[in-house]
Amino acid sequence: MGFKHKDILGLQDLSGEEIYLLLNTAENMKEINSREIKKVPTLRGKTIVNLFFEPSTRTRTSFELAAKRLSADTINISASTSAVQKGETLSDTARNILAMKPDIIVMRHSISGAHHYLAKRVSCSIVNAGDGAHEHPSQALLDMLTMRERFGRLAGLKVAIVGDITHSRVARSNICGLTKVGAKIYLAGPPTMIPQGVERLGAVTVCKTIQEALDGADVVMMLRIQLERQGKTLMPTLREYSRYFGLNRDLLGLASPDVMVMHPGPMNRGVEISSDVADGPNSYILQQVENGVAVRMSMLYHVSGGELPTE
Amino acid sequence: MNRDGTIILDGAGIKRALTRIAHEILENNKGIKDLVLVGIRTGGIYLADELVKILEEIEGETVTVGSVDITLYRDDFKGHAAHMPVGRTDIPFSVEGKNVVLVDDVLFTGRTIRAAMDALMDYGRPRTVQLAVLIDRGHRELPIRADFVGRNVPTSLKENILVRFDSGNHPVEVVLQKS
Repeated sequence: MGFKHKDILGLQDLSGEEIYLLLNTAENMKEINSREIKKVPTLRGKTIVNLFFEPSTRTRTSFELAAKRLSADTINISASTSAVQKGETLSDTARNILAMKPDIIVMRHSISGAHHYLAKRVSCSIVNAGDGAHEHPSQALLDMLTMRERFGRLAGLKVAIVGDITHSRVARSNICGLTKVGAKIYLAGPPTMIPQGVERLGAVTVCKTIQEALDGADVVMMLRIQLERQGKTLMPTLREYSRYFGLNRDLLGLASPDVMVMHPGPMNRGVEISSDVADGPNSYILQQVENGVAVRMSMLYHVSGGELPTE
Repeated sequence: MNRDGTIILDGAGIKRALTRIAHEILENNKGIKDLVLVGIRTGGIYLADELVKILEEIEGETVTVGSVDITLYRDDFKGHAAHMPVGRTDIPFSVEGKNVVLVDDVLFTGRTIRAAMDALMDYGRPRTVQLAVLIDRGHRELPIRADFVGRNVPTSLKENILVRFDSGNHPVEVVLQKS
């Protein structure tokens, strides 16, 4: 079983089998991160450009660390320091970067589909580190790895995703990936934050209340209220949102006794998640970050394979 | 499973070869002090486990064993196109100052052993690294030789050597296949 893709643009394009391949590789790569010498020579001589058109700390550093642990050379370009500020178009920026002969471009962009546009125009691999409200495959894969480590399986898990589903690329990638491996998804959020027709993505149930979604859940994934993305039109006040859709210890009692609490970060403590839950025994938020490096190593490893041998 | 080919070692033959190798390892290292075995995924791991059993029978003490996956250290990474899944490396002990015996099933070009040595060195600085293989089929492409060999089998490049294991990962037979 091989990985046939030049790019990883989203989990929508991957089969369940390919998702498991990425997870298995990541699981076996985790060991490298606990060695004294945290480096393997696999991607020696490869150049990876981290092209970030949106601010990001953890995803960018996690991708950078992943590349370095595989011995690739990395360059970071962020929009605030680049020619984008001076009016350069995406394809011009990309063409200039291509002249430096990178092997992989890891990109984050605020426009959904920017990666698809670029992937068709360049020969190097494109790895999506988040595009608009579309997909964030590395986050979903690390979430799935963390869940599988805890439960030993993904099929049949009941996963509640709570918050602004419409604007969340994390939710979209998780829905795509988790439904392919047989998990059941329960979404909850204010009606203004639930996209129409989301049930069509697979085994997805839309719940009216957080209580309904949490009932017997194995995993609760809280989404960040993205104040910078949605403006103020989707909810009356933060306080009201927190009261109806914030996770606290009482609500957590509705879920399965060994429920995992996850959050893609950065958290708004006291808004979508209370501190006692975020720091509590059911929280796997820091394990998520730890698994992020291994998952991104796996992604970079599998896209840098080149052509499949013809049979 | 393809049953074609000539059996060059049966179960009992493998057992005898491993027993002799175990004695040679002990002789060479003057016992099992500071001795660790590291099997190369996948066949080498099973053989390392067999060797450990024999060594423990002889010496009456436990012998440390680990495993190494060389996928990330391959030199034909481009050719094989990163489609190979990465296996787990499990060396939960310090190799610093140890006498490490790498164990593999078949020694061929020597490239796997080169990769395994590089992987091992990332865990520390062993005092010595030795190599034990069940079959040496020749055709080396690197300056590498085995310290302990079960059987030398001259082969042509068109032939293939297969070490078969049963469901409990015990070696059953060694087969020479013509392709």
